[in-house]
Parts: sequence; structure tokens; C-alpha cells
Amino acid sequence: MDSALTTPHTHEAHAHEHEHISLPQHRHHFETEEQQREAGSFGMWLFLLTEIMFFGGMFFAYLLYRNWYYPAFAAASNQLNVPMGATNTVILISSGFFMALGVWASEVRKKKTLVIMLLLTTIFGCAFLGVKYFEYKEKYELHHIPGNNFSIAMFVNPQNYPQYPDTYAEKPLAPDMAQKTQIFFFLYFAMTGMHALHMIIGIGLLVWLIIRAQRGDFTNGYVAPIENFGLYWHFVDIVWLFLFPLLYLINRHPLH
Amino acid sequence: MSHAHTDAHDPSNVTNPEHAEHHIVTPLQYVYVFVTLLVGTGITVGAAYVDMGVLNPIVALAIACFKASIVILFFMHAAYQSRLIKITIASGFFVFLVLIAMTMTDYLSRTWGLW
Repeated sequence: MDSALTTPHTHEAHAHEHEHISLPQHRHHFETEEQQREAGSFGMWLFLLTEIMFFGGMFFAYLLYRNWYYPAFAAASNQLNVPMGATNTVILISSGFFMALGVWASEVRKKKTLVIMLLLTTIFGCAFLGVKYFEYKEKYELHHIPGNNFSIAMFVNPQNYPQYPDTYAEKPLAPDMAQKTQIFFFLYFAMTGMHALHMIIGIGLLVWLIIRAQRGDFTNGYVAPIENFGLYWHFVDIVWLFLFPLLYLINRHPLH
Repeated sequence: MSHAHTDAHDPSNVTNPEHAEHHIVTPLQYVYVFVTLLVGTGITVGAAYVDMGVLNPIVALAIACFKASIVILFFMHAAYQSRLIKITIASGFFVFLVLIAMTMTDYLSRTWGLW
């Protein structure tokens, strides 16, 4: 009571009572480090929620068209390469794991570990894109890229493709339904392409973070850039965790 | 009584701490999450080749939701954030589900019985 009466309740008085180590990255418009950090996390989460809405639109389109053109979607989906998709899932989970360890290394101020973890995150991210390149290449060779050169041959005459066991086992589609496989591949390229674009942007940011981490910027108590980039990278992981089952897996036993 | 003024300007959250305690997730916890995610991936691939009829997509999505939840809670530290951030994340997903459900209801009811 006494102290409350005698101490003037000003910003300066409080700042003095609860002063933390003053770091150069602490912006003057934040009262405390924690407030600055939480404001940053909050902003990052709001951005990620807009990203969910953005990808959500494509997920919704996939859901709707799959209901409308179910046989075409089942046949086209079963042409995707499950081992490659599963490999990529493992690669991406590993990349996310190293990113998480990177945040830990930054928290406990281990510069060398942080740089190594960020490098591993980048390497696994590039490996993911490498696998994706071979998948896209296969689609190109099979004329499964929507547009003038799109071919429905595999879906109207699956018996001509014994080298693709999953396709070979499919029932042939009528030509009008087979045309709808183009919608599946359009959505496949839109969704995996947007996901890959997010990864390319992420890898660009990682290179910048590695250079700064090497300089020691993030092992002096300033974790926010690593932490917020980690949120972005894990978000990109989560998008793939849904893309993989929806595009590759759920049509292996189509309902007839 | 004299604290009323203090409460109105309390940026350091002394009287009513709202910020979550800063928490560092340990590497061992990350290893548990990583292994769980790998096991989940194995199960989801295996389940795709078991004929469960209408349940196949449901099982695949349930596993994906579980994996996404543990990524959000532990890799993204949502479990250790303040209530403000937790409720922001939850409300974002809720709005997303509302948008999906209402749009789907519209599309399906317009073509009811015509497919």
C-alpha cells in the first residue's frame, strides 16, 4: 500500500522495476521482450491462417470435383506414384524435424548446431523438390499435363499399359468421363505446384537465415526470426501431410 | 484500491500475467514427435492398400489430422503459447471448417439427385 502510494505509476518506474537485459533487437515500442515476441508469433499465426484459407480453396475444389467426377478422379489418382509420394513425405517430415531442432539450437545459443540444422533443413527441402521434379517429368512424358497435349489414352485404354500395374488394373473410362481426368491433373499441379512454390520461397529464406546465423545473429537471445520461419516451414509440411493422402492414397479402392 | 491505476497500465503483466511462460521444447520431445510422424506415414500408406470401402478416405484424413495436430502443438509450440494465440489458431481452423461446410452444402443441395 505504501509503495503504491509513494511510487509514481509511470512507464519508467515499471521499466525500472522489471527491466530485462536490453538487447539491440528489442524495439522501443514494445514494453518487454516477451510482449515483442508474442506480438511476432501472433502476427505470424494470423498470416498462416490466411494461408490456410488460400490452400483451403484448392482443397475445397478438389473435394467437390472428386464428388462430381469420381471415376475420373479415382483413375487419375491411381496413376500417381505412391512410393515417390511416401518418400517425399518422409523427406519433408525430416526437414521439419531439423527445423524444430534449429529453433532449439537458437534458444540454447549453439551457433554451430543452429547452422547445421538449418543446412539440413535446406538439403531435405531441396531433396523434396528433386523428387517432385521426377514426378512432374513422368507426367510430362505421359501427356498428363493439362492443355493441348493432354492425352486420355491411359484412361480409355488402360489395357495398353502393362508397364503401369495400377493403371493396367483400372476399368477403362468412357471418353467423356476420361476427359475429366484433366481436372484432376489441373488440381494436382495447382496444389502441388503452389506447395512447391512455398518451399522454393522457404529455401530462399533459409539461405538468408543461414548467412545471418553464421554471423551469430540468432544465438544471442534473438530467436524470433528462426522461430517464425519455423512456423512457416511447419505449415508447409502440414499442407503436404494433407496433399499426400488426398491426391495419392484415398482412391486405391474406388467404390463401384 | 490504489492498485486500480496500476492495473490500467501494466505492460509488464505483473498484476495479471497473461503471457505464457517462455518454454523451450527439448530435442528428445522433438524426436518423439518425429518418430510418431514417421509411424503415422507408414500406417497411412499401409491403410490405403486395405479395402475399407467408404472408410478409406476417412481413415486417411483422420491420420492426417492427427499428424497435423501434433505438428501444430509441438513443432509449432502451440501447446506452450498464451491463451490469445491458442484461441486465435483454434478460431482460424473453426472458420475454415465453417467455410468448407457451408460451401459444400450449397453445391450439393443445388444438384441434389441430379448426379
